Amino acid sequence: MGHMQTLSRRAFVFGSAAVAGGIAFGAYGNAEAAAPGADGNPLAAGLGANSVTFNPWVEISPDKITLIAQHADIGQGVGSVQPIMIAEEMDLDPGQFEIRFAGPSPAYFNTGFADEFAPFVAADQSPAAEEARAKTLEWLRQSGLQMTGGSSTIPDTYDKLRVAGAVARETLKAAAAKRSGVAVADLRTQSGHVILPNGTKIAYVDLSADAARIPPVLDAQPRDPSKWRMLGKPMMRLDVRSKVMGELKFGIDLKMEGMLYASVKLNPNKGQPLKSYDASKARAMPGVKKILEIKNGVAVIATNSWYAMKAVDAIACEWAPSVYPAEQADHWKVLESSFKPEFLGKEWRKIGDIEAGLKTGTRVEAEYRAPYVAHQPLEPLNGIGLVTDKGMEIWVGHQSPRFVQYVAATAIGLKPEQVTFHNQWTGGSFGHRLEYENVRVLAEIANQMKGTPIKLVFSREEDFLQDIPRQIAIARHRGSVDKSKIVAADLQLASTTPLKGLLERSGTPSQDPDGQLAAGLWNVYYDIPNFRATSYEAQGLSPSTTWRSVGASTSGFFTESFIDELIHAAGLDPMKARIAMCTVPHYRKVLETVAEMSDWKGPLGNGRGRGVAFVESFGTPTAEVVEVTVTPEGIRIDKVWVAVDVGKVVDPVNFENQVQGGVIWGLGHAINCELTYAKGAVQQTNYNHHEAMRIYQCPVIEVRGLENDPKVRGVGEPPVPPAAPALANAIFAATGKRIREMPFNKFIDFV
Amino acid sequence: MIELTVNGIKHRVDVVPEMPLLWVLRDELGITSPKYGCGVAQCGACTVHINGKAVRSCQAHIGEVAGKSVVTLEGLEKREQHPVLQAWIEHQVPQCGYCQTGQIMQAISLLDLISNPTDDEINQVMSGNLCRCGTYPRIRAAIHAAAAKKMAEK
Repeated sequence: MGHMQTLSRRAFVFGSAAVAGGIAFGAYGNAEAAAPGADGNPLAAGLGANSVTFNPWVEISPDKITLIAQHADIGQGVGSVQPIMIAEEMDLDPGQFEIRFAGPSPAYFNTGFADEFAPFVAADQSPAAEEARAKTLEWLRQSGLQMTGGSSTIPDTYDKLRVAGAVARETLKAAAAKRSGVAVADLRTQSGHVILPNGTKIAYVDLSADAARIPPVLDAQPRDPSKWRMLGKPMMRLDVRSKVMGELKFGIDLKMEGMLYASVKLNPNKGQPLKSYDASKARAMPGVKKILEIKNGVAVIATNSWYAMKAVDAIACEWAPSVYPAEQADHWKVLESSFKPEFLGKEWRKIGDIEAGLKTGTRVEAEYRAPYVAHQPLEPLNGIGLVTDKGMEIWVGHQSPRFVQYVAATAIGLKPEQVTFHNQWTGGSFGHRLEYENVRVLAEIANQMKGTPIKLVFSREEDFLQDIPRQIAIARHRGSVDKSKIVAADLQLASTTPLKGLLERSGTPSQDPDGQLAAGLWNVYYDIPNFRATSYEAQGLSPSTTWRSVGASTSGFFTESFIDELIHAAGLDPMKARIAMCTVPHYRKVLETVAEMSDWKGPLGNGRGRGVAFVESFGTPTAEVVEVTVTPEGIRIDKVWVAVDVGKVVDPVNFENQVQGGVIWGLGHAINCELTYAKGAVQQTNYNHHEAMRIYQCPVIEVRGLENDPKVRGVGEPPVPPAAPALANAIFAATGKRIREMPFNKFIDFV
Repeated sequence: MIELTVNGIKHRVDVVPEMPLLWVLRDELGITSPKYGCGVAQCGACTVHINGKAVRSCQAHIGEVAGKSVVTLEGLEKREQHPVLQAWIEHQVPQCGYCQTGQIMQAISLLDLISNPTDDEINQVMSGNLCRCGTYPRIRAAIHAAAAKKMAEK
């Protein structure tokens, strides 16, 4: 991946003039990407006889149609909506095609990161912002960054998959025209067939050989959304039935001939090696085939996962100590002392005269904290690896196929192209399957077990211990109010760096300030005349990584809690003040919508309270109202209203499910989750220590999707950031108590 | 050799009697709808029915299961038409889906005990089943819908 190192983001966005042509790949240029030359289409290499591929997403053989899901399915439903976007244009029905996850290829670079990576806030649609995004897009194309994340699947694929489907449809029609002698204009398509004027139907699969012999029709246009049969309407996710019937095979369910099972015990001092071990007990345990030493721990090979887990548990290990502070209290101390010029990440935004503004009117100051948190999707990390003299094959659910190749290859001295990666359906991720703990050790284990397929399953405890957590952060916010107006807000935070950490572990280190520390901090759309947003990057703490909604998961809480405090100090209504201050008309509409949905009329009284929060993350403005009641057993969350503007809702049922799930994720972890270090290891090793929300705490959640944004946006993460501050603000409204630190249950009881 | 009956079929497995049923099902018999989530009865993803009752298969040692009748989601009678599974599909409950087989087995057991549960009763019985994706609103709706379907069938 050296080419990515040489193209650092800063060098590209701010320095390079060598990429002026990059703007050509806008939405209008997608036909070109949808049908590159054969060398640019990874499907061309594996194509069978009489088969055709028009672009990296469509493959037709005489017996079946296969649509490629470029983005990994981590439960968010993109294993369904991606092929449906193609099928919509191809006039295919569910059941008429197979779905396959994409292999590693630069052809699958993610265009959807252009907005998030360019240094402009999402609502800024100025020519300068768009030019920077176009340049970022060109960098993405050149780097071939293939990654699922950042709520980017729909922004990335909305145009290109529909174009890919349209190209396939028109090329199939051209093939049918050539065969039948009927003009293309007289042909139509329906349900997997080209239909001639006399009613004769030619199945697409019967046209594969003919279509392979003609050039693809590159000027095909996707249809207007008003013509959609499936998209934009309530539709059935393609994976629902097989999941309900227990038939869908997750990565952890795969089995191979001659396979053995592995479990590992790794140094809980993250990133540090094994010093010594004693496996004498484990060797004699049932089912055990072999004990292996790997770089940062030990592995047991057994005839069954449980035997492997039990035996690995019986191995006594001596570990190299952590390079970060062994005790949690010292992590907080490092953060507290990181608000210094030498740790400056970046001053992201400065408006007006902040020092003068702070001297005007009444000063408000507050400190907020957010702890390390684990991802812990319910399917533990796992994978199957097979190393032979030729290379390695790996079956694992992951969000970054090319980085899997790089990490596995690097671990055992192969070249990335010697690693064959097969992506799998996964039981959740939330950012966990962007990391490589399972990939690296699986490569090491399989390399020591050459010729035997090895299935690695992490025990839940090991998964917790190795979970690279969400960033830890402290915010020190200052502001002032005068004459019922917020006149200044100086937002500062010190945090570990999630994105920088991930990029480094992916083999593409960046020296730039971590842009995720700006998320939720600088993209504040209130009319505050004196404003500053600054990040400090704490050094020497636990590695951190992207956790559902990343930087905004902590900054959103800090910012919207503080805005609420300022509004309160100004004597204003939290909802009316936000609406009045919002400077972006269609964002204001999001707030107005949630006010209307919740019938917001000010304080409720009688031990009840409502809080509101608004955060734009990944370009998607989201407003939430949380309503709580004080009961003898603690705070009860009664109801949540959510308004989200994604520009276009392509899969409405799944959209609602994603939004509700995001709210539950945000609320649950804010209430009761944290990871704390002791002796260099996290103390929470199963769900009883890190529970998040269970059904008994789950409120009714009402969702409305808006379509006013000029761009099509994602929704996997944006519902998360407003949940915690809306809850904290509701608790304040009900009790008068401000909670400025997560998890909230350290300060107040919940039902 | 330990003998057990799973989904009406007798199996003989050569494992230690302490092995949890979950791992016998998954790794020895290749029955994968019961999922490994936590191993300590905190998540419910491994839920199966033993003699008609919902049980966490990670806690049932195979030695104690011998001679009893184990039913996994794969072995449900009339699975395609099962009112609970139908409701789960109609309400599109799953996101990642990993916990859902356990949720469904628990919900079937709930409806066997209480034919028309309230939200509070659903909360009580279903709170042992963790869903990291947050499909709880849909789980509630699907259980109510399944209860209505079952009553209509009677």
